[in-house]
Amino acid sequence: MSLRGIVKRYGALTAVDGVDLDVEPGIVLGLLGPNGAGKSTTMRMLTAQSRADAGTIHVLGHPVPARSKQARARMGVVQQHDNLDEELTVRENLAVFAHLYRVPRRDRAAAVARGLELARLTDRRDTRVGKLSGGMRRRLLIARGLVHEPRLVLLDEPTVGLDPQIRQELWLLITRLRSEGVTVLMSTHYIEEAERLSDEVALMARGRVVERGVPGELIARHAGSTVEEFPQPPAQIQELEHLLHGQGFTTRRTGADLSVMSAEHLPDSLRDRLGRGKPRASTLEDVFVTLTGERIE
Amino acid sequence: MSTSTSSDQAGTETERGPDPADRAGPTPPPRWFELAAVRAVLTREWALYRRTWAPNTFAAVVEPVIFLLAFGFGLGSLVGAIGGYSYIEFIGTGIVAMSVLFISSFPALIETYVRRVYRHTYDGMLATPVDIRELVTGEATWLATKAGVYGCSPLLVAMLFGLSPTPTMVFVPFIGFVTGFGFALMGIWMSAVIPTDKMMDYVISGVITPVFLIAGTFFPLDDFPSWVQVLAQVNPLYHTVELVRHAAFGIQPITDLLHLGALLVFVVLMWGLAVFQMRRRLVD
Repeated sequence: MSLRGIVKRYGALTAVDGVDLDVEPGIVLGLLGPNGAGKSTTMRMLTAQSRADAGTIHVLGHPVPARSKQARARMGVVQQHDNLDEELTVRENLAVFAHLYRVPRRDRAAAVARGLELARLTDRRDTRVGKLSGGMRRRLLIARGLVHEPRLVLLDEPTVGLDPQIRQELWLLITRLRSEGVTVLMSTHYIEEAERLSDEVALMARGRVVERGVPGELIARHAGSTVEEFPQPPAQIQELEHLLHGQGFTTRRTGADLSVMSAEHLPDSLRDRLGRGKPRASTLEDVFVTLTGERIE
Repeated sequence: MSTSTSSDQAGTETERGPDPADRAGPTPPPRWFELAAVRAVLTREWALYRRTWAPNTFAAVVEPVIFLLAFGFGLGSLVGAIGGYSYIEFIGTGIVAMSVLFISSFPALIETYVRRVYRHTYDGMLATPVDIRELVTGEATWLATKAGVYGCSPLLVAMLFGLSPTPTMVFVPFIGFVTGFGFALMGIWMSAVIPTDKMMDYVISGVITPVFLIAGTFFPLDDFPSWVQVLAQVNPLYHTVELVRHAAFGIQPITDLLHLGALLVFVVLMWGLAVFQMRRRLVD
């Protein structure tokens, strides 16, 4: 999958502002950014449900939107909205999408059985969707997008709004996809999700991809191994920021604390001035804040 | 935190083997319009119908029967005959057209809006190899089929009250299908025109009600002012009413071909408008 110079405008608002992105076969690429960063718009352009004002898109070798139908036939899409048919049973929901994805008649029953197994809903196959729990519904939604065994899957905020336990259930499902060699492009605004599931992450802010790489490497490059949070009186924060920036350190404000990236490299002279801080492991959010000045969640 | 690399995944990829689609070699580009996509849309409708056939059938059959009984016996006792037909014959055929209109246009307007705006059903379907023209055609075909089948129920009831069956009545389901297709497309188009669901009242009261009243369903239009008669000529339901009456009481080949032609023009126009407007709403 490749996107080159993608621009999408809604009137005066530029939702996607020159995105370049390649997704190599077999990887899970996390598209991480806050709400409004342009992630969902980018995902919609890959299925031609949103049309770029500039740039070129190729999905599975097909130019989009010109030949998007061929691309859509071979990729699976799990959208943010739960748009399951509530009147239908679990099995019927999968069967309908097996038809929509043109699974040959002889393979449909097996495709539905595989979807039921993937969603771990085999024993609920005849239950109407309206009676399923939130986690079951989301598992079914994902399995529905995979009923034709696509090699490329788009997951748009797959766990948004779910409680932590259900989110972890879905992580298992996505991990399974990864182990099967399915290429996944997953948008999320959950740091932990991107870190745990992605081989690489692309950080998006204000319609642009600001950085991309393996999560651990991005963290090491931009935030070091340790972030140390120093409680400081508000009046002194600005002065300390100036001092730290002068010596090449990156900082961010976390409530009343001043957080210093790559704190493992703080010289004693600065430590004497800052006092004792609370060390913690650096995260992708530190990277994101460092690069964009914005928070993700 | 993930430490897997893309090369790890590439190894798994090799173990899994190539995509069957890749093995098959390059596939020809899909046609501009694919019946397979329409069939898939219809499959979903059929699955839903299997859950809702009872209330669907009840509403589609009972409503026209009530109209038939109320007008047929109520008004029929005051009105002797119209244009050479007994009132029950006149209204029995008229209500077929009304029934077709209601069965196709109301769900097209309301259900399509709900599925598009609240349920995001179409967003899901358009992420599969289904294009908007196929989606619209599939939805309208389903409603047209229901209209063609259920639209016959007033005719059957009217037979119980004295309408004589004729061989040419076999055309009625076809007339109902073509009319239902057009009005379903009109409903889909309108559902994509209105900015909020509150605006449906404008469509129902401002479009659908006049359509079914100025069509010669309940009363002949011969004595109305000429401008009403001109309006009737551009009202597709008027042509349906004429076709159903001729199917019941005697085919008029040339005239009926013109009526059918008018309906087909309506269908083509509505198809274009429905596809255009749905694309504006569903693709940004």
